[in-house]
Amino acid sequence: MITFEGVTKRYGDGTVAVDNLNLQVPTGAITVFVGPSGCGKTTSLRMINRMIDATEGRILLDDQDVRKIDPPTLRRGIGYVIQQSGLFPHRKIVDNVATVPYLLGWDKKKARDRAMELLERVGLDLKMADRYPFQLSGGQQQRVGVARALAADPPVLLMDEPFSAVDPVVRTSLQDELLRLQAELQKTIVFVTHDIDEAIKLGDTVAVFRVGGHLAQVADPSTLLAEPADDFVEGFLGRDRGIRRLSFVSAGDLAVRSEAVVPGWSVALDEDNRPLGWRPDGDGAGLQPFGTVDLKKDSLRAALDAALLAPSGCPIAVDGDGRFAGVVTREALDEALTRATRGPSDG
Amino acid sequence: MGDAEPLVRWDWIGRNWPSIQTLLVDHVIMALVPVLLGLIIALPLGLASVRWRLLYQPTVSLMNVVYSLPSLAVFIVLIPLTGLAERATVIIPLTFYSLAVLIPAVVDGLGSVPDHVSQSAVAMGFGPMRRLLQVDLPIAVPVVLAGLRVATVSSISLVSVGALIGRGGLGYLFIDGWQRQFYTPIVVGIVLVVALAVLADGLLVLAQRLLTPWARARRTA
Repeated sequence: MITFEGVTKRYGDGTVAVDNLNLQVPTGAITVFVGPSGCGKTTSLRMINRMIDATEGRILLDDQDVRKIDPPTLRRGIGYVIQQSGLFPHRKIVDNVATVPYLLGWDKKKARDRAMELLERVGLDLKMADRYPFQLSGGQQQRVGVARALAADPPVLLMDEPFSAVDPVVRTSLQDELLRLQAELQKTIVFVTHDIDEAIKLGDTVAVFRVGGHLAQVADPSTLLAEPADDFVEGFLGRDRGIRRLSFVSAGDLAVRSEAVVPGWSVALDEDNRPLGWRPDGDGAGLQPFGTVDLKKDSLRAALDAALLAPSGCPIAVDGDGRFAGVVTREALDEALTRATRGPSDG
Repeated sequence: MGDAEPLVRWDWIGRNWPSIQTLLVDHVIMALVPVLLGLIIALPLGLASVRWRLLYQPTVSLMNVVYSLPSLAVFIVLIPLTGLAERATVIIPLTFYSLAVLIPAVVDGLGSVPDHVSQSAVAMGFGPMRRLLQVDLPIAVPVVLAGLRVATVSSISLVSVGALIGRGGLGYLFIDGWQRQFYTPIVVGIVLVVALAVLADGLLVLAQRLLTPWARARRTA
């Protein structure tokens, strides 16, 4: 647990970057600091590992005031990932990853073995190990950055806009990778971004900062979308809050009818029982588009999307292998949507 | 000299080879010692200039003033202190010329360390000394080596001027040839000075390739 207690950062010229921040960052979860430029999110992050020292208040790392820990010692125990990877251009990838183990005095063999293990873990080809950073793409460099932060197995990871400099496709895959890693490792992660969608996707808790270093709201993503604390948070969250919040509601509660028909339409299946399309009653017309939803995995948002894709207006439920599991009627979808709206804090 | 006088008289070279060799060795020593001394002095001065920014401008201005002084004038001023036809009389001013190139090179080299790299070094728990030795200086090497190439080549060429005060390595051949209106020593001198400069520069380029295989990408990494 990381605790901010009345933390203020004031610069010599009177600028207040962070103003009386009180916040708890829970252990083993991802907490995202999000907000526009100049809101103090990065400053708050950097005060944790004392890249910046607070002017007032204190920050506790598992009940220990970080100001009482010698900075290099503190920092070697906290993983750090930044936007432009921050890799050492003059060191091979494997040695970049082994940086903190080297600093901690591990022997070279052990440090390198550990580095190789981590390269594998973040999904990098081991052939990369002997290359230099410039020989890697931006996305690969970012993976190395994550591997390096994890090298000495620190309980806490600080990530400062780590994925903002890569293209959207790579960013999405890096985000998915982080969530997969986090499911295995359960680190205490503080993640800074200005991208609210990234915050909502990654955060177990999202802390929204406003300009001037004030905390506007701290909540889980679903609550944030359903109940923004004020106009600023609402504006920052942007459009389609209702639909985006459905991402956090499981489709599992949807009622499914096992018959492959709804009034006016029937589902065409192949010999493997996979849906091919909606066939309208009567002759002549061909198969019409359809959308599917996996009730075990998908969200209500996916179910709504599947309904909107089909002229029949009904999502087709499938199992994990994509085989037909039933049809969700509009009434069933309607009920689920109503339930989701009534209980905004479920998720 | 008659019409048939050739540009190069090979027999003269053959007869005078031992003394040419002596001049060559003298030239190499007087050219390279200043660069080495310059590098040794430029490192701490460059580091100090980076650490205390206020120091940088005065240091560089002073060095530029020194660089603008005609070398012959400096040699002559030094003669009462270090003696006529002494190596030191040539080496001391050339060391200052090297400094004028190498101090900015060290400062620029340290300045070429990308911000995100220094930041991440700090964030991972490097102390100041370790960061300097393991991150900042290695990354500065390509820029420092580029400065070293300029300093070395200009030093090799400047030594010749010392011939005017009686200690100029291969420069002696120019004076000798000019005084006697005899071209062979002049040609030999030019060829050797140029060869020396090309060789030294080539060795530095080779050193750069070997020391910094990562440097092709310093702008993108």
